[in-house]
Amino acid sequence: MADNKRTFDVIIVGAGVVGSLCARELARYQLDILLLDKCSDVGEGTTKANTAIVHAGYDAKPGSLKATLNVAGNALYDEVCAELDVDFDRCGTYVVGLADGDESTLQALLARGLENGVPALEIISGEEMRRREPALTSDARAALYAPSGGLVDPFQLCYAAAENAVANGVELRLNTEVTGLWRNDERIVGVLTPAGPIRGRYVVIAAGLWADTLMHQAGLDSFAIRPRKGEYFVMDKAAADVVRNVLFPCPTSVSKGILVTRTIHGNVMLGPNAVEQDDKCDLSTSQAGLNEVMEGALKLVPGLDSRHVIRTFAGLRAGGNTGDFYIDAPRSTPGLVVLAGIESPGLTAAPSIARYVTALLGESGLCLEPRPAFSPIRHGIPRFSELDDAEREALIAQDPRWGRIICRCEMVSEAEIVAACHAPVPARTYDALKRRVRVGSGRCQGGFDQPYVIDIMARELGVSPLEITKKGRRSQMVVRRTKELRA
Amino acid sequence: MRENREFICVTCPVGCTIEAVIEGQELIELKGNACRRGIAFVREEISNPRRMLTTTVQVDGGALPLLPVHSNEPLPKHLLLAAAAALRRVRVTAPVTVGQVIVHDLLGTGVDMQASRPVPAKQATD
Amino acid sequence: MKQLQCDVLVIGAGPAGLAAAYEARRTGAANVVIVERNDEAGGILPQCIHNGFGVRALGADLTGPEYAYRWIDRARKEGVGILSRTMVLGLEAQRAVVANPREGLVDIMPRAVVLCMGCRERPRGALAIPGERPAGVYTAGTAQRLVNMEGYMPGSRYVILGSGDIGMIMARRLTLEGAEVAEMAEILPYVSGLRRNLVQCIRDFDIPLSLCTTVTNVYGRDRVEAVELSTVDERWRPVPGSQRRVPCDTLLLSVGLIPENELSRVAGVAIDPVTGGPFVDERFATSVPGIFAAGNVVHVYDLVDDVTESALAAGRSAARHAMGLDGGPRSEIELAAGDNVRHVVPHRLDPGSLEQGEVLLHLRVRRPIEAATRIEVWADDHRLLSRRLRYVRPAEMVTIALQEQHRAMLEGARRLTIHAQEA
Repeated sequence: MADNKRTFDVIIVGAGVVGSLCARELARYQLDILLLDKCSDVGEGTTKANTAIVHAGYDAKPGSLKATLNVAGNALYDEVCAELDVDFDRCGTYVVGLADGDESTLQALLARGLENGVPALEIISGEEMRRREPALTSDARAALYAPSGGLVDPFQLCYAAAENAVANGVELRLNTEVTGLWRNDERIVGVLTPAGPIRGRYVVIAAGLWADTLMHQAGLDSFAIRPRKGEYFVMDKAAADVVRNVLFPCPTSVSKGILVTRTIHGNVMLGPNAVEQDDKCDLSTSQAGLNEVMEGALKLVPGLDSRHVIRTFAGLRAGGNTGDFYIDAPRSTPGLVVLAGIESPGLTAAPSIARYVTALLGESGLCLEPRPAFSPIRHGIPRFSELDDAEREALIAQDPRWGRIICRCEMVSEAEIVAACHAPVPARTYDALKRRVRVGSGRCQGGFDQPYVIDIMARELGVSPLEITKKGRRSQMVVRRTKELRA
Repeated sequence: MRENREFICVTCPVGCTIEAVIEGQELIELKGNACRRGIAFVREEISNPRRMLTTTVQVDGGALPLLPVHSNEPLPKHLLLAAAAALRRVRVTAPVTVGQVIVHDLLGTGVDMQASRPVPAKQATD
Repeated sequence: MKQLQCDVLVIGAGPAGLAAAYEARRTGAANVVIVERNDEAGGILPQCIHNGFGVRALGADLTGPEYAYRWIDRARKEGVGILSRTMVLGLEAQRAVVANPREGLVDIMPRAVVLCMGCRERPRGALAIPGERPAGVYTAGTAQRLVNMEGYMPGSRYVILGSGDIGMIMARRLTLEGAEVAEMAEILPYVSGLRRNLVQCIRDFDIPLSLCTTVTNVYGRDRVEAVELSTVDERWRPVPGSQRRVPCDTLLLSVGLIPENELSRVAGVAIDPVTGGPFVDERFATSVPGIFAAGNVVHVYDLVDDVTESALAAGRSAARHAMGLDGGPRSEIELAAGDNVRHVVPHRLDPGSLEQGEVLLHLRVRRPIEAATRIEVWADDHRLLSRRLRYVRPAEMVTIALQEQHRAMLEGARRLTIHAQEA
């Protein structure tokens, strides 16, 4: 790889949902773009572990970047998801008032939402709220209904954007950590990686939790990422009879609160709490944190049956210390665009952040000449579980592997697994596969499918089953053959 | 010197708890067994404890990579790990039929290992 | 779409399905088909390479695969058709749509259906064990499949949570294949699987066993590096200060089996929240006419012999329904779990059926009684029968037979209640 010779127009550091959408947006122009990520897959940071809500935009302080980009991004979701073949449900969201001061909090949110330009907000009575959500606590006295809020699969959006970017000429390199910025005097000339330096005229930092390390190299010393952990429960689809909507409690100063929400895939999710920590890699859940989440959830829906829990997990918000998004092309470092502190509503804002970043680059001197061959359309792998009988028959007739169901909880066929292993941004690990085609996401959590999936992935990737990992690096699923004992 | 010992019989799934009085390798008396097989079990357990062995061996050219096998009789308990280790190195060629003797006189014990299932030869279309 | 008519459709070719299909044919159903989603028949048995199967049902102590193949042969000889690699996509009382790689979609129109989908294992997530989420956390059954069929070891040094039979069997299996089982932890104050397995799987191999102990944390970012064990009080709460770290690279979970009734729900079958399986009567008929259920999908059995026995009855019933022979009037009484009984199967019973033969009641107690216990069956205010057992344990299903001589007292009763009390 002749890295030292080739100069990219733009290097994007971080292939999360923001970085991937930026890459896609820039691919509209005649530019050589490189998208880098230190992990084994796109979206392995905050993108894959959040509440998956497309926020209406009444939370953020009016005039802030969070507010502007939230509302603008929200409005783009139908178009972006349709182009990228990503599931999106503009089902509306609710903030439920339970306690004495809550009614005035809801009024304040409504007012703020109006100021931010959020459409169609309304306050509804507790009675009406319970009509819409029968399992809701009888303590509910009123609710703020935001029809423009919705649900998305954040990881799906991320890799769909990355695939579309790649299809339009963006180069994606995973397992490539950017260890430093390469500068000539003040001007950015590229990035440093363990495999050597890579030249780039512009560098966009979309590095989530690790943004601050790179920012400090550019002299932006006062900015600090403060990781804030959120823990979650995922409940079986059978629990979806209980919860129909997206339910927020009234927000606190640290977070939007512990939600009870159905997900776009038909599960129910509880969470997150909000606990600050120093470690950027510690994604462990804790008994105390899980207890806090369950307690909070039960306040909204007292009838939740914990026997339906199938999984718990945690994500880290890349909170900044300024209270708002930091998105800027600092004059101290020409050629650099920094995105930092992209916590909630980062997912919602992502499509408009991509446009904002593109505009910043243009203002910094990047020539934005449209690429005639650019196509915004990307098709995902069909989901056997969602097809009708005629579609299923047609696919099986084409390729019998569509008729062999590997994950029976989610009804995922062998053909989908094979396709994901050879997709433009292919699955190379079990978790990467799970995020793409939902193997192991159901009631049995991989109990039945894992032995088959290990076999199929090994076959498709052309490696030994011993090399199949859960999430890259040293996370092998199996350690040796039964009959081979290492000395 | 007599001692009281408690045994759990493994002859059948009930697993009777048997209280026995033994002297060295001799059974003096016992109670708690639901059937006569408990007596034979305790006698053997104190003199020459034996266990059935079930494991797998490798298959060449078969529709499956491993063949489950079982001992036709119990083996001396102290030989189980060595027997399993020896069987790790055994390879059999498909096709295999149920009951087929895979290893005769394992480790000189007089016990055979037999196939627990059929394994057909691998088809080109598999 | 291809169409297939049949008299009895059995879903699942494990021990329950094989026995139900076999008996359906022997009862006289002309066309009996089993659909099986796996590559081969046998259900979970092909990976259960240990012995202990068939002592009662076949008079022989067989390994799982041997037991499976005996029944596969019997079913085939009776002319049962087995469609493997076939997944049921949708189910109603007289219609099933299935998918198969070679046949595409097939529309099956049965006169009767027997649900034999078995059960699944409870995963880590359902226990909400906190900690990291590394590779190396497996349920015991998944590990068993990998070790015995694919031929791969999930890890080198194991901690096993749960002393159910699957956990104990795997403790032995892994040790025999050269791995180290560092410890087995059980949250209850007693071993939950068969006592014979305590001897031949744990004690024989000197595997440390800690009761009143559970896993309270998992360490390791990529791969398991250690687990934290804590002792628990009688309410299963971790005792502060009892935490200890056990290095290992694999955590195996043997923490419960859950009847797999997703298809039953799709078909509108009423599910008992206590068992997790369909409400059934003595014919193993569910709440949907024409749909029957047998085996672990109804409630989890301890021994495959009992699965076979109940499945034979269900197959017989399904065939009779398909042949139009079961339309006669029924008068049902309800069975209720009384003192110290968790659940009873069947849930309903027509005393008239005792004319044809005995009806077996299967029950599990809530709490163990390690002393003489009386199982009493009451028909309203009359004690119908009493059985004395040496002990009762939740992990060991109790079987009570109702016979012809009980019929008189049952007819006219509204409810049968079963108690399990210290004698």
